[in-house]
Amino acid sequence: MTLDFASQADYLLALLPEIVLSLWAMLVLMVDVFQKGNRVEASRPVVAWLSLAGLVVTAAANGWLLTIEEAAVTGMVAVDSFRVFVNFIVLIAAALAILISIGYLDRRGINRGEFYALLLFATVGMMLLGAARDLILLFLALELMSVALYVLVGFDRRDPRSSEGALKYFLLGSFSSGFLLYGIALVFGSARSTNLSAIVPLLPSLQESPMFLIGAGLLLVGLAFKVAVMPFHVWTPDAYDGAPTPVTALMATGVKAAAFAAFIRVFAVGFAGIYNEWSVVLSWLALLTMFGANLIALTQGSVKRMLAYSSIAHAGYLLVAVLAANAYGAAAFLFYLLVYTLMTAGAFGIVIANSRGANELNKLDDYAGFGWREPLLGAVFSIFLLSLAGFPLTGGFIGKLYILRSSLEAGNVELAVSLVLASVISYFYYLRVVVVMYMRPAPAEEANRTVLLTGPGQLAMSVSAVAVLALFFVPGWVLDVAQRSVASLFTVPGTFFGLGP
Amino acid sequence: MLSQILFYFFAGVAIVSALMTVTRRNPVASALWLVGTFFALAAIYTLLGAFFIGIIQILVYAGAIMVLFLFVIMLLNLGNDFEPDFRGTVWKVMAAGSALVLLALLVRVVGGTESLLVATGGVDLVAAQVAEYGVVGAIGVPMFLDYVVPLQVTGLLLLVAVVGAVVLAKRDV
Repeated sequence: MTLDFASQADYLLALLPEIVLSLWAMLVLMVDVFQKGNRVEASRPVVAWLSLAGLVVTAAANGWLLTIEEAAVTGMVAVDSFRVFVNFIVLIAAALAILISIGYLDRRGINRGEFYALLLFATVGMMLLGAARDLILLFLALELMSVALYVLVGFDRRDPRSSEGALKYFLLGSFSSGFLLYGIALVFGSARSTNLSAIVPLLPSLQESPMFLIGAGLLLVGLAFKVAVMPFHVWTPDAYDGAPTPVTALMATGVKAAAFAAFIRVFAVGFAGIYNEWSVVLSWLALLTMFGANLIALTQGSVKRMLAYSSIAHAGYLLVAVLAANAYGAAAFLFYLLVYTLMTAGAFGIVIANSRGANELNKLDDYAGFGWREPLLGAVFSIFLLSLAGFPLTGGFIGKLYILRSSLEAGNVELAVSLVLASVISYFYYLRVVVVMYMRPAPAEEANRTVLLTGPGQLAMSVSAVAVLALFFVPGWVLDVAQRSVASLFTVPGTFFGLGP
Repeated sequence: MLSQILFYFFAGVAIVSALMTVTRRNPVASALWLVGTFFALAAIYTLLGAFFIGIIQILVYAGAIMVLFLFVIMLLNLGNDFEPDFRGTVWKVMAAGSALVLLALLVRVVGGTESLLVATGGVDLVAAQVAEYGVVGAIGVPMFLDYVVPLQVTGLLLLVAVVGAVVLAKRDV
């Protein structure tokens, strides 16, 4: 089926997954309210399973998107396989977040149906963010995602750290939205359109316009805030640390995936004509992020905070893929995003498993003997950590290899070397956790500590770990799909993926 | 002739009210003078033929937003301690700098040659739209046709904001 957007009804089909998920989120909201009536009590487990079912239905609708195509690349939303791939990653991230929040919310006394509804709404925002081809829609999608996340971060109102994280995230997030909006206004002022497909043909004439370049720069700052690239990362550790851990997992995976997809759509595809201008800035940001985040992560005593800095460092690796600026780089980017989502969400799941009741301090010492006490989860955690570090036999290794190769093909030797060096630094703090898990004996009073991750969560973690391993042994299929997905980006007239004018 | 007299009258009211807004020490008085400014601006919009924006100005700004402002000021019982907002040289320099930038912009708009809007035929474009759809239609038709997706997403955004506010503020949900 071909959509030409001559009639507005075409948007109903083009946005089917998002529409399904929005309606489903409202349904979740309603079901919860009708079950509880006026009573103040925890939500039933059915709400969580209903939300999961919504994600599955949305995934089906998302797969159906592959059968339709657009007549021209001028619509407000893109209908291409790049979007479908990103949507799948976002949906996986949301599903993992829901699976590890089962049981967790009860323990913290925050099991309310709104949690799941807001999580689904945030997912809708992420999906729209990956699809937006118009800067207005991009901004609104970003806000839809962010507003839902501000609330989710501060969902545990009685916990000062949760509130603190939410307030910091909200203030700095609004600040960055201001940057983004001002950038959009300047771009609109100089290009007279907010639609990227209308801006692309004008780029040669806009190249010299200071107004347009400042606008593009502000856009870059706004998006860099959302993907938490240094030096725009200051909100990240506190927000990640204070948020309920499932929300942290979602923020580290889905949000990053969606914001990076927007990065690609706006800069690598839309502003490919001014690649020489933005690539310089982005290279420095990538260098700073890779080294800065890894060095700070070394000093962290809390595993949850260490993982927060690790996710910042991974934003740097992903930037290298964006900067590789060839189709191979984009495919490597999608591949790494998938591996990254699985292993990061998985690692945060283990953080939940090893917490004490509502106490999630998760000092490094808390992991002493964890590997022997919980053989399965210990092994799973080791796989995630080794994959995050980029060890062979894990998907993280292959992902980094693809990024390196694309970077070398693009001639960015310095970035490739930096990536390797930064990874070597990161080995220390990832392996330290593994060493503590297996080499240090558990304190005697800890012997009977129970694992605080319910069956579904443990199953999800195990499946993720197997998938991370599988992506090492049979990466070809996924990479093939990723390559075909980015091929559709070439269809934007006048640009070659990031190759400049 | 009459419209010119009216324009100068409302322009004067707007400037005087704006000056009063920034010079009053009591925040409630400040807010009320700001309402006066909005009314004068709405009248000027109406004189320009932009009835819709004039009405929206009164409904949204003077009606809803300023009343909310007053509520907040009165509920929080602000304005009993009159401390200068700009303490320290840095703030004064920054305030003066932004005032200068605004002044430069004003001079450019008033004294400059042709504005971008005129040069690119934007004025004619707007006039053609208004002639075809009317004042309200010129805003409504693009909003509900070209920008229907952002409009719907805005609706979703408001829903999320309401749910979020209730979740964060209500004692027992």
